[in-house]
Amino acid sequence: MNLEPVVQNLVFGLFVGGLYGIAAVGLSLVFGVMKVLNVAHGALVMLGGYASFWIFTWYGIDPFAAILITAPLLFLLGFALHVGLFRFVTRLGEEAKIKNSLLISFGLTLVLENLAIKLWTADERAITTGYAGEGVTLAGVIFPYTRMGAFAVAVLAIALLHFFLNRSYAGKAIRATAEDWEAASLMGINVQRTYVVAFAIGTALAGVAGALVGVAYTIAPSIGLAWTLKALVVVVLAGMGSIVGAFGAGILLGEAEALSVYVFGSSYREVVGLVLFLLVLLLRPQGLFGRR
Amino acid sequence: MLKIDDIYVAYDDLQALWGVSLEVEAGEIVVLIGPNGAGKSTLMRAIAGLQPPSRGRILLDGATIHQLPAHSVVERGVVLIPEGRRLFGGMTVLENLQLGAYATKARDVHVETLRRVFEIFPILEERRGQAAGTLSGGQQQMLAIGRALMGLPRLLLLDEPSLGLAPLVVRDIFEVLREINKDGVTLLLAEQNARMALGVAQRAYILEQGRVAGQGTGQEMLQSDHIRRAYLGQLGPIEEAKP
Repeated sequence: MNLEPVVQNLVFGLFVGGLYGIAAVGLSLVFGVMKVLNVAHGALVMLGGYASFWIFTWYGIDPFAAILITAPLLFLLGFALHVGLFRFVTRLGEEAKIKNSLLISFGLTLVLENLAIKLWTADERAITTGYAGEGVTLAGVIFPYTRMGAFAVAVLAIALLHFFLNRSYAGKAIRATAEDWEAASLMGINVQRTYVVAFAIGTALAGVAGALVGVAYTIAPSIGLAWTLKALVVVVLAGMGSIVGAFGAGILLGEAEALSVYVFGSSYREVVGLVLFLLVLLLRPQGLFGRR
Repeated sequence: MLKIDDIYVAYDDLQALWGVSLEVEAGEIVVLIGPNGAGKSTLMRAIAGLQPPSRGRILLDGATIHQLPAHSVVERGVVLIPEGRRLFGGMTVLENLQLGAYATKARDVHVETLRRVFEIFPILEERRGQAAGTLSGGQQQMLAIGRALMGLPRLLLLDEPSLGLAPLVVRDIFEVLREINKDGVTLLLAEQNARMALGVAQRAYILEQGRVAGQGTGQEMLQSDHIRRAYLGQLGPIEEAKP
């Protein structure tokens, strides 16, 4: 039996899984800290993709370097979105918070998607660098530079986030707020400020994810909901509050999809994630890496 | 030091405090006793800034603090150890202590304060890398007190520090509280364990159905018939507390 197609699929699954991971981490952070569900997360991924695309197209800046501009831009956007929209739901009770944040972020998705169509047309775009389409071939298996680079940046970004949350005072304040916001406020932590910072970081991570999608795959105004769905599946697979777990679950989803494409054909690709989603909810509702 | 002036507190449609006034002088140990649901926790939460009063004032050294958010109240040296301790169970002992010193002034000296806390509770130094949620009840209460001390309190509020602890552990905890008070920290504690609390307190207030139903020195309270009947389980059956 020829193993090359299987290995090739697994390699691509790993690379796309890294992107699922980075897309999910931002959503997980925002949900874990604020207990709001931001379904506009995918639309923010889309915006991050366009930001990098235009920075590359207008200024010729390499898309990997452009992340250093895209991430701060999206951080500021996240700050503004929190102050302008999400701040108002954070004081509500648990259930009202989820419902209201769903409505707000769904509306935001529609606004951002249509704005993107208006401004940039509905065309699919890809950042085409000089090295796009090139790669190394090892034993017949192709490793494209762009996808390898995107995976490496995703790993780096998640490692940085993990380090920030575990080592810095601000990061510990975010974790404390996620665990018990009232107790956190009794430590002298300004909980509202922590929410803004967490939301802005979550948005910046969406920006990084979008930039990587733009360089390794394609972007279009309509990709938002698909990325929100992927991120949601990954967050449920991983369980709440686990950053490294979200990354692992992202890779798991990427590999599961890749294998299913090989076995059942590409038309079942989207089904796999949702089946995993249901199985985890049924058998292990706290997630694969979550605490009860 | 602390003056509570005729405060009313309501949760949604439930009125919990009706015109409560009390005072705590610097250096004192004052205890609030009263049955479950009398409003002790509500009063503690109101002082800490978690449950703002709808009427009345709370003054710290003459300045009002009742409109301040909880994190600003901490900055002024008022630290609450809430009911049930509310440790960050998934974080380590050391991280819990570090978070206790989050407020700016406390953070500047947190290394020295940490050394002092480890002197008081050597077990916390041994268990520094362990998740707080895996400690025993007594150790958790020590961590809760240690975490509060990290915030450099001038006034320490303790809501039911003896809840769920073995009698011997409770005795140790009260011994530590007495030590902390000797170091110059003023204490206000809400306790159902009235005998132990009245033993260490200079003064006490009785809270019943959201109102102050009596006050006196710790010794006076221990002698009072009403207290003995209602809270110390002596002299026959417990009567229904009357406001």
